[in-house]
Amino acid sequence: MAAPDPETRATATTRAKDKSPWNWLLFVPILVPLIPALFNADSPRILGFPRFYWLQLAYILLGVATTTLVYQMTKKRGDR
Amino acid sequence: MWRDHLTEIIIFTALFLLVSGMGFVAARWRAPKDMAHLDEWGLGGRNFGGWITWFLVGGDLYTAYTFVAVPALVFGAGAMGFFAVPYTIVIYPLVFLVLCRLWSVSHRHGFVTPADFVRSRFDSPVLALVVAITGIVATMPYIALQLVGIEAVLKTMGVTGESTLARHLPIIIAFAILAAYTYQSGLRAPALIAFVKDTLIYIVILVAVIWLPYKLGGWGSIFDAADAKFQASPNPNDGILLNANNQLQYVTLAFGSALALFLYPHSLTGVLASRNRDVIKRNMSALPAYSLLLGLIALLGFMAISAGVKPLPGATEGSVDNNTVVPVLFDQQFPDWFAGVAYAAIGIGALVPAAIMSIAAANLFTRNIYKEYLRRDATPAQEAQVSKVTSLLVKVGALACIVFLDPQFSIDLQLIGGVIILQTLPAVALGLYTRWFHRGALIAGWAVGMALGMWMLYQVSSPTRKHFGGSAFPLEKFGFDTKMTIYVGFVTVLVNLAVAALLTLALRAAKVQDGGDGTTPDDYFADEGDPRVTPGERRDADVAPEPVA
Repeated sequence: MAAPDPETRATATTRAKDKSPWNWLLFVPILVPLIPALFNADSPRILGFPRFYWLQLAYILLGVATTTLVYQMTKKRGDR
Repeated sequence: MWRDHLTEIIIFTALFLLVSGMGFVAARWRAPKDMAHLDEWGLGGRNFGGWITWFLVGGDLYTAYTFVAVPALVFGAGAMGFFAVPYTIVIYPLVFLVLCRLWSVSHRHGFVTPADFVRSRFDSPVLALVVAITGIVATMPYIALQLVGIEAVLKTMGVTGESTLARHLPIIIAFAILAAYTYQSGLRAPALIAFVKDTLIYIVILVAVIWLPYKLGGWGSIFDAADAKFQASPNPNDGILLNANNQLQYVTLAFGSALALFLYPHSLTGVLASRNRDVIKRNMSALPAYSLLLGLIALLGFMAISAGVKPLPGATEGSVDNNTVVPVLFDQQFPDWFAGVAYAAIGIGALVPAAIMSIAAANLFTRNIYKEYLRRDATPAQEAQVSKVTSLLVKVGALACIVFLDPQFSIDLQLIGGVIILQTLPAVALGLYTRWFHRGALIAGWAVGMALGMWMLYQVSSPTRKHFGGSAFPLEKFGFDTKMTIYVGFVTVLVNLAVAALLTLALRAAKVQDGGDGTTPDDYFADEGDPRVTPGERRDADVAPEPVA
């Protein structure tokens, strides 16, 4: 390859911004809500909600926490 | 009778007129110098920030039909209907990185539709046409279903009549107003209205999930009442928990629906209208707030059971319309004025997605059929004009589906729509990551997936219908000795991928010519400020571009 001109060098940094080991974390909220063995039960109930319902609603927090974490951790690597 | 619901009707009408006014004014909101460009009319100037995108995409994905149909499903079948929650959880991490790539490549090349991307990536107008037609066919019944949402509300308010015309006059008027302001304001109209719609929905649902359990004796007794109903019913697949036979269906339906959601052209329209990659990533963290809302709305189905709600009769003799359970629940349990606000929330909730969907379908027609096959040298102004007119036609078509055909037809088509839109996954979603697939193989994979999907859906029966009875395919029809069911879309997309992969190898071995690739690797990482992002004469062109070294 020829000597990198300014544009490809810029590309390399953008790409580094996109590739990050933190991204693997995104698989957690994709896989966990798809395992019925974890949530398909009545007990324990919380506030009258069977586990099936409160646990799946709690997975929303898991999803939010994970995407926020990945966003914050990958953002700092670049300049914006 | 409608006279008993006068307060509800007045509040519904007042709020409806308010947002209609907003729809017309929206043309002047963040106004461009020149509206006669598809980027302006169809993508709101490609310049929406975090908040607008959140309301717009949220208002787009979580439609009136969802708010009516999901609790109806929970009312009828229990736990199975709750699939909407895992579905809307896994979607965001799933597309977190994918959509950023699509945003970048679309902004560099000025793509307006997913088919635009496919055309350039695989150098294949045919594949782009296939993707465009699939998108239009999948979107049309979805628009029609928004009308089902409004009709459920109107029916509960007693606004109905004997003749076909009298029964449908209110939604014809509503759609005419919607069509007029969408024509004028484009994507800006739903973006502005979405603020009102979502604010109303959040208020209504928060009040409902606090007040109703208090009135009905607490969450525990609500779930117990639902459990008692499902225990007594003869259907083995309902209940407040899943059983051994429908767990696979639950998981594959949630996952398959998540894969499908961002392949729908209208979801991508909202994403492409955002200002930069940051806006998309932040929204992937913030949009699950709507999933929480949807989960609570789903539970309204159980509250309706506990409150002893009887759904109103359906279109045919002896049937019931489960879609009316939520409106009836509000009518029974709340004062008239509050029920009116709730109905308005559902009614306006139908307008936002219907507008975005018709814009998305119109953009597909304009960019991938009109410009590709009918008029190659169309100017941006002509493109915008064609899109505006097409968006009208699309709405008339959706309206005709509801007025002249059994609404069940639209529901069936919507079911099919989810399966067929999934068949564009290899070209659109995987295409963002790899150019490995041969374009011919992708077309073949799509065709096989479509045919298999139709056959499988045709085989599915339900207690009331012989064919097209749902999307849960019994595995015993494949010869397995089991009562388990699986989501049709999930199977077909796997088969589609297998065909595309094998044929790619075969076509390469046979040295059949493949197309080129109109994109470069760094197109997929470009962000706002990139000198090559959004080329052409644009209103933000007066902002000094970043210096190129």
